[in-house]
Amino acid sequence: MGVEYLTPEYEVIRNENRCIACGVCVRQCANEVHAFLEGTEKIISDDAKCVDCQRCVSLCPTHALKIVKNDCRLRENANWDNDTIREVYKQANSGGVLLSSMGNPKPLPVYWDKILINASQVTNPPIDPLREPMETRVFLGKRPQKVERGADGKLRCELLPMIELSMPIMFSAMSYGSISYNAHASLARAAQALGICYNTGEGGLHEDFYAYGDNTIVQVASGRFGVHENYLEAARAIEIKMGQGAKPGIGGHLPGSKIVGDVSRTRMIPEGSDAITPAPHHDIYPIEDLRQLVFSLKDATDYRKPVIVKVAAVHNIAAIASGIARSGADVIAIDGFRGGTGAAPTRIRDNVGIPIELALAAVDQRLRDEGIRNDVSLVVGGSVRSASDVVKAIALGADACYIATAALLALGCHLCRTCQSGKCNWGIATQRPDLVKRLNPDVGSERLVHLMDAWRHEIKELMGGMGINSVEALRGNRLMLRGVGLTEKELQILGIAHAGE
Amino acid sequence: MTPKEGQVRIPSGCAIAAVISREGNRMTGERIIEAMKPMHDRSNGLGGGFAAYGIYPEYRDFYALHFFFDSRDTRKTCEAYLKERFEIYKAERIPTRKLPQITDEPMIWRYFVAPLQSVLRDLQLDEKEFVVRTVMHINTSMKGAYIFSSGKNMGTFKAVGFPEDVGVYYRLDEYEGYAWTAHGRYPTNTPGWWGGAHPFTLLDYSVVHNGEISSYDANRRYIEMFGYKCTLQTDTEVITYILDYLIRRQELTLSEAASVIAAPFWSTIEGKTDLEDKRKHIYLRTLFPSLLITGPFSIVLGFDGGLMALNDRLKLRSMVVGEKDDKVFVASEEAAIRVMEPDAGNLYAPAGGEPVIIRVKEGAY
Ligand code: SF4
Ligand code: SF4
Repeated sequence: MGVEYLTPEYEVIRNENRCIACGVCVRQCANEVHAFLEGTEKIISDDAKCVDCQRCVSLCPTHALKIVKNDCRLRENANWDNDTIREVYKQANSGGVLLSSMGNPKPLPVYWDKILINASQVTNPPIDPLREPMETRVFLGKRPQKVERGADGKLRCELLPMIELSMPIMFSAMSYGSISYNAHASLARAAQALGICYNTGEGGLHEDFYAYGDNTIVQVASGRFGVHENYLEAARAIEIKMGQGAKPGIGGHLPGSKIVGDVSRTRMIPEGSDAITPAPHHDIYPIEDLRQLVFSLKDATDYRKPVIVKVAAVHNIAAIASGIARSGADVIAIDGFRGGTGAAPTRIRDNVGIPIELALAAVDQRLRDEGIRNDVSLVVGGSVRSASDVVKAIALGADACYIATAALLALGCHLCRTCQSGKCNWGIATQRPDLVKRLNPDVGSERLVHLMDAWRHEIKELMGGMGINSVEALRGNRLMLRGVGLTEKELQILGIAHAGE
Repeated sequence: MTPKEGQVRIPSGCAIAAVISREGNRMTGERIIEAMKPMHDRSNGLGGGFAAYGIYPEYRDFYALHFFFDSRDTRKTCEAYLKERFEIYKAERIPTRKLPQITDEPMIWRYFVAPLQSVLRDLQLDEKEFVVRTVMHINTSMKGAYIFSSGKNMGTFKAVGFPEDVGVYYRLDEYEGYAWTAHGRYPTNTPGWWGGAHPFTLLDYSVVHNGEISSYDANRRYIEMFGYKCTLQTDTEVITYILDYLIRRQELTLSEAASVIAAPFWSTIEGKTDLEDKRKHIYLRTLFPSLLITGPFSIVLGFDGGLMALNDRLKLRSMVVGEKDDKVFVASEEAAIRVMEPDAGNLYAPAGGEPVIIRVKEGAY
């Protein structure tokens, strides 16, 4: 191959005074950046292969390593910035579509950061979560329009199947295949310990995880991988995946190299064959087809499982959501344009879709305007990064949030955004046994539980400050939010007032 | 210009009091006016009002619509609108006494009306729903006209001022009712007009409330799905609509409705040994999560034939109940009860979320 014109993005800096040449970095880096200089005790590095995943830095016993951004820059150009030029070089080299992973990293507005939360002063007392009960339990699903009574005048306390969560958070869809067995094990165990749910993603459910069925949402995506009767039966709820925030409008492609062993069996496709997820469900072209799929799944499970329909946040999301609400779905999950992915075409990830904050506000309001908000619950994700994002999402109108990137961070992900390579040094986005075993599910699930415990405390504190002692009273309570630095139009869509008003 | 109530949300502190005769014995408004005096400091002169039940026995079959008008023209337009929909049995000014403490009064009228059956048939609505829609329409779309009372054989009287003055202004000593509720308001801004005073009413439901609910916007945005319009942005307004929705439209009993708005904690529900009761609470909380009211409140709901007093589930506002003979008294402070009945007994402070329901004996109202 000729000159690729690509200078290394990062520089691996080794403090030779500290390096004891133990070779940990050499063994740890799946990208093969570090190597012993032949016949010596000296370690050298090939900076060009480094993806800045920080694995070697974290494990180096003498803290001899650091990774810095290569300051060798092209001539400054506000229009043609460094990344844009590099992308042109890459495409000229390969002739291919650029691939990326995790969420959109571009400096587009993050509305969560422009929304502030209220607290009680004088006219209404704040509540101390350490002294008073503070409730975070939620139920997701359809609520009947009218209370019913039996002939004896007593309430007929019959509810449709719902998803009960101890707190308004679930782990969002990540397929077995795109992430490792140990990552799934960590999510499943944590979801059970926490009384919440995780989501299988589109890759089927490994037989070892049927035991966590009550805390599992199984996905039915356009590829239908791993979908069969027991799979549906095992779950707490079924999610039809129509789209994903990171790549609305397109399907997926898991290369044959990852379709090995259990992954192939779980997906029910031959080893080594590429798993191609079509862009549409080929049995769903208009909305009435969605209704049929919703009811097919309900029929198949005797109306015992709520059905979630997951869509990407796109321009016309309010109308789409209102269509879904009338399709028999129990829950609508909306994934914002900053949502993560194991692999997506860069152009799509960075340019398609809309922010979840605006999508959520528009959908919640539209469903209320049409009087059908009770027919569905709303779950939002992509990206929800902290307890305060959760509180803001709920006050805007969400019933619960989906988190995935934050969960992976808890498992050790360092957001190097090269999951598509399958060489995740943290044992998450990989199927290589030597890498997978780096993630210990005992530790992983414990860290997830810690993260959620911490968020729960924070949610309670924020609620207590507002004088609210149940998450139900926070949901859709937009008066508790104020915008800063937002235009009239943005405030109008979010349905909140500006700070100071 | 300072915004009027309805354009801004104004938090308030308050005093409430109520009295009812279980035998249906009617009493004048003097006693309840007296009750507000020892609680003077709980109001700040920016709102006071009363609801009285059983005061219009001679017109008991008619809805008594109490109106504020800003001008004669508004009244004429409004009357024309009413005539197309109702038989107007009687229209008159509500009698008042001039008082130096009460100023800026609007025109205050009452109409005793019955919906035209032909109109009901055309719209396929029952009578109550039709009245509700008329009230919503006039209050949101007719500038300068405001209906502040719309029940049968009951009426609300309210103004900007201290409650004891408002009572004298409306000559409540000249009315006799089997139940009275009263409210003194401590708003944190100037409400600008009289509509914001309490009680807030819809049909025969009236609510007086002390507190500031933190769930307001969650409740408001939910209830507005069902055709209610919260024009005043007050807690009392949204609580009234919630109770109307639960009791009239969902046909819940009073105590079921109380279990929705002041729902027991999940931990309490889980600990219940009465399984039927447990199921009921799980059902109600799951069905109506957005109607849970959090933050401090003590309310007295008045309705045809009774009262219900209720505190928020943490009991963040004071409320006492006492009784003597056929009468039951409720107030923010014991002092108010003592003024109404020095010998009142069985005084107690109901627990948070525990409704106190008092009904007049059947046939006596
Ligand atoms: S890719 Fe990761 S492990 Fe390898 S050198 Fe870079 S930071 Fe270290
Ligand atoms: S999952 Fe692994 S490969 Fe993907 S961003 Fe995180 S650390 Fe990198």
